[in-house]
Amino acid sequence: MKISELPRESILLPGNPSCQGCPHGLGLRALGMALENIVLVIPAGCTTIISGIHPKASFNVPVLHVPFASAAAVASGLAAAYRQEGIDANVVVWMGDGGADIGFATLSGAAVRNEDIIVVVSDNEAYMNTGIQSSGTTFWKAKTTTSPGGKSEEKKDLATIMLMHRVPYVATASVGYLPDFIEKLRRASEIKGFRFIHLHSPCPPGWRFDSSRTVEIARLAVKSGAWVLWEYDGRFSISTPSKPYKNEERGAPLEEYIKAQGRFKGIKPEDIEEIRRKIEKQWRLLLSFEETFR
Amino acid sequence: MRTLLTGNYAVAEAVKLSRAKVIAAYPITPQTTIVEKLAEMVEKGELDAEFIRVESEHSALAAVYGAAAAGLRTFTATSSHGLLYLYEMVWWVANARLPLVMAVVTRTIGPPWNIHTDHTDLLTMRDSGWIISMAENVQEAFDLTIQGFRISEEAELPFVVGMDAFQLSHTAEVIDLPSQEDVDKWLPERKQSYKIEPNNPVTVGSIGPNEYTAKLRYDMAKTIESSKELIRKADESFGKTFGRSYGGLVESYELDDAEYVVVMAGAWCGDAKDAIDRLRAEGLPVGMLRLRYFRPFPREELEELEGRKVLVVDRAFSMGHMGILGMEVSSVINNVTNVIAGIGGVDVGVEDFEAMFRRFAKGELQRVEWWPKEVFS
Repeated sequence: MKISELPRESILLPGNPSCQGCPHGLGLRALGMALENIVLVIPAGCTTIISGIHPKASFNVPVLHVPFASAAAVASGLAAAYRQEGIDANVVVWMGDGGADIGFATLSGAAVRNEDIIVVVSDNEAYMNTGIQSSGTTFWKAKTTTSPGGKSEEKKDLATIMLMHRVPYVATASVGYLPDFIEKLRRASEIKGFRFIHLHSPCPPGWRFDSSRTVEIARLAVKSGAWVLWEYDGRFSISTPSKPYKNEERGAPLEEYIKAQGRFKGIKPEDIEEIRRKIEKQWRLLLSFEETFR
Repeated sequence: MRTLLTGNYAVAEAVKLSRAKVIAAYPITPQTTIVEKLAEMVEKGELDAEFIRVESEHSALAAVYGAAAAGLRTFTATSSHGLLYLYEMVWWVANARLPLVMAVVTRTIGPPWNIHTDHTDLLTMRDSGWIISMAENVQEAFDLTIQGFRISEEAELPFVVGMDAFQLSHTAEVIDLPSQEDVDKWLPERKQSYKIEPNNPVTVGSIGPNEYTAKLRYDMAKTIESSKELIRKADESFGKTFGRSYGGLVESYELDDAEYVVVMAGAWCGDAKDAIDRLRAEGLPVGMLRLRYFRPFPREELEELEGRKVLVVDRAFSMGHMGILGMEVSSVINNVTNVIAGIGGVDVGVEDFEAMFRRFAKGELQRVEWWPKEVFS
């Protein structure tokens, strides 16, 4: 199906209280274009705010707000209930990287049970809703309010960890490449069981770039090779937008991506070199997956 | 049908007869055999339900919260540290006004590791908005589970069935097991105010103005107060159908002419009743008001005790103050004597109660006294 033939009506209504240039808003619009019969489960995070203040609501799909660590388990209960009742539903957990940190056991448990749910982690690489604290997926050396000198710990590779749960569908996506995200959601909806999409969502206030540049920064991440788009549906493949950057001749210099973000202000050249080495290792790992899961 | 069942298996049978549709649980002693039995029933096809093998208690209550939100009858069970781990969800389920039933097999909180009964775990739920019951024996644990679904669904508040570790959970008693037809007749179809279902765009649990939060808590306070009537009616109607009624929120034992009244809850009430029988034979006018429910709190029933000598025997203590039940009863009646006993499963038998009540009648007990003395010397 062509993107142009998908419904244009957004599940996220206009006038919602997201920040200017919010990546989640882009992702949520794409989610609504891709799937039918959506039931949204939302743990604490930016999307709690975006959802609006009672008695108003920003979503025109059913939404159940849930505590941080519970999201994938609540979704499991909903999916079980719909299965019992013979109701067609796409139970979608929409969470941030915070939900994936505090709720990791829950996420892992649901994956192990191969629950019939779709989990999207819209990852802005820090706890943005509480004011930019470091998370498991925060980039090495990125400054946050709890890592003012730059994060000293390694970045957690959530998507490959989820892949190792032997679930039927895992992919990465980016708000800079929404047609790719939509295609992945549609592919996921054709599969039964646990489906996981790790959506890269650059955050203007959190990463300190102008709110007009969200898509541009998201694309720079892909072009510089720092964020790799891939898909596993029984077969592992690097996705089309990332394919040109398989070799070390990336589409954009890493420096350009790093220097576009205030969170890396003052980063040393040797740290950029270290990041480059980490990115190379990540590519080697993913290309070996492509060999392994053909 | 007369059947020999442990407390845990009796609760599992009650859940089956109530036709629960989604069950989730994580094992913890001494709760485990409830959900093992239910898993077996589901796997054998005796119970048409989904059994979700979650990775934690937090997820157990979260999963049944999801299933209840989708409109189905659901059940989970836990104990002690499991209850503390899922405690966040305790509040979330209540505030979402979703009916469901959870069994709490009461167990001491560690360290030291200790799997035996006291009531501290259950009473941590006190302020959350759950209806909290406490069984005395296996039959009552069974009956409360079936009643729990009805009361919970009428009040749109979650319901807890409390029962003592091992003394009920693992002790077999002969109980009367009603037929599926009779339970179906007595237990109405599930109803609830809202359902989360596809193509019905409602948002539940979003950010609310402060006044909405305050109003929600106020509405819950009103409902839990009015659930007293639902509980009494359920007990009465259950009695008519199944031949067993207990007296609603409390059970009175030798209470009418009692000058000395013992207030307590749980399995050990049976032993205390035996002690009361012995003392009555000697002419000492002792009686018992057994709390079948901690929440809603049977304030009116307790008010009627004013003027008599009241002893509260507690299996839980609020650090820095007194026994939790002692404190609760003291908020209704003056000059309550409070014995703290059986903490950590310390054995308290008929002889203990006999001695305790005798000393109470003689006025020899301190306002707050830990029992038995030799443990605390």
